[in-house]
Amino acid sequence: MKPAPFDYARPDTVDEALDLLAEHGDGARILAGGQSLVAMLNMRLASPTVLVDISRLAPLRTIALDGGVLEVGAAVTQHELLTWPGLAAAQPLLALALPWVGHHQTRQRGTVCGSLAHADPSAELPLVLRHLDGSVVLRSRRGRRVLAAADFQTGMMTTALAADEMVVACRFPAAPAGGRVAFREVGQRHGDFAIVALAATARDGKVRLGVGGVAAVPATLDLPPLAGDALDDALNDFAWGLGAGDDIHATARYRRELVRRLGRRMVEEVARAHP
Amino acid sequence: MRTLEAGRRHLLRFTLNGRPVEGWAEPRLLLSDFLRQELGATDGHVGCEHGVCGACTLRIDGRAVRACLMLAVQAEGCAVETVAGLGAADGGLDDLQAAFRRHHALQCGYCTPGILMSLTQLLVDEPDADGARIRDVLSGHLCRCTGYQGILRAAEEVFAARRRAGGEAKEGES
Repeated sequence: MKPAPFDYARPDTVDEALDLLAEHGDGARILAGGQSLVAMLNMRLASPTVLVDISRLAPLRTIALDGGVLEVGAAVTQHELLTWPGLAAAQPLLALALPWVGHHQTRQRGTVCGSLAHADPSAELPLVLRHLDGSVVLRSRRGRRVLAAADFQTGMMTTALAADEMVVACRFPAAPAGGRVAFREVGQRHGDFAIVALAATARDGKVRLGVGGVAAVPATLDLPPLAGDALDDALNDFAWGLGAGDDIHATARYRRELVRRLGRRMVEEVARAHP
Repeated sequence: MRTLEAGRRHLLRFTLNGRPVEGWAEPRLLLSDFLRQELGATDGHVGCEHGVCGACTLRIDGRAVRACLMLAVQAEGCAVETVAGLGAADGGLDDLQAAFRRHHALQCGYCTPGILMSLTQLLVDEPDADGARIRDVLSGHLCRCTGYQGILRAAEEVFAARRRAGGEAKEGES
C-alpha cells in the first residue's frame, strides 16, 4: 500500500504544467485533490513517472457564473463548490448531488474536475455534468478545446483526454428559473460508491432522468409527459438498455428495479411541479 | 517550479501543531508515514491507506483531510494539526475530549484521533450543525468498537454546550 517511485513537480503556472505533459505524455499524471489518484497510487493501480501537482495554481481555483454558465476551475474542491454561496440558485442539481460525493473529509481536497477526469461509472459529478449537458475545457500546448460531457467520458474510467492534455475547467449550464430537480442515491453506506445514482429535472414540460452506477458511463432518458403504464414501459426499456451487470454489491436485476422504481418516483416528483 | 526527483530524499518543512518541523522525504512518501516515521509524531493513526477508514484524518490549514491520501510534499508550507495539538490551555482535555471520556465514545481508541480532528473542524466551521449533519461527517470514519452512539452523544453535547456558551457571551455584551 505504498506508491511506486515517481518524480514530483509543482508548476507555478498552467503553461509549465502543459510543458510537463507535452514532455512526458502518458507517463505524467495530473494531481489535483488526489482523493482517487493517491488511493490508486497506494494500491499501485497507477504508476506514473511524474506527478504534476496543480492544486495550488491560483488561476484554476475560480468559480464563476457568467452568461448562464457555471464554470469551475480544475483546482476547486468539491467542498468549495458545495459551500459557494450562489450554488443552490445557480444549479440546484449540483447542490443536491455534491453532498453524496465521497465523504465530508474527502470533499475537502477532492476536486470537481478531478472526479470528472477520473470518470468512475458510479460517480455523481460525471452524472450531473452529463445530465445537464455540461462540458469540460481541455488545454494542451497544442491549444484549447471544449468537449461536451457525452463526448468527454467515453467509457469506464476512460475519457477523450489526450496524453498531453489536462482539464482546466468544467462548465455546468445554470438552471432555468422555477425548475424542479431531484437527486437520489442507493449505496451500502453513505459515502460509498453508488449502486445506483439518479438525477431528475423538468424543463419545458419534459422530464429528463439521469442514471449513474449502472452502465459504463452516465445515461439519460428524455421523457414526454407520460403516466401509468406508458411511463412504466419507458422506464423498463431504459433500465434494460443500460446493460446492468452483477457485482459484489448488487445484482443486475436489483439495479434495474432501482431504476424503474426510484426513477418513477423521481419523474413524478419533478413533473408535478410542471403540470 | 518545485520539482522533486524520484528515489531521492528531499527536505520538507511545515508547521506541526504550531511548531516548525522539517524532515526528509521521497516524493512518494505519504504524509501519514512522514509524520510517524520521519517526525516521530505517532499520535495520528494509519488504517486502510486508501482513504476509506478515516483513522489518519488530521487538519491541514484548518481542513479535516486524510493524511494517507496526501503526499508529504503536498503539506509543504502548510499548517498541519494532529490530535496531539488538541487539549485545554492547562494541559488537560478540551471539552470535546472530556465529552468523549464521559460518554465512552471510544474503546480501543484507534479511530479516535481522526474523529476528534473531523469534529474539531466541524465545531469551528459549522457551530450550528445538528445531529444529522454530525452523523454525516462521522460517516467518514469507521469505528468498530462503539457503534457510534457514544460518539454522537459526546459530539451533540459539545455542540449544544458551545452554542449555549456563545449565546450567553452575546447576552453579556448587550
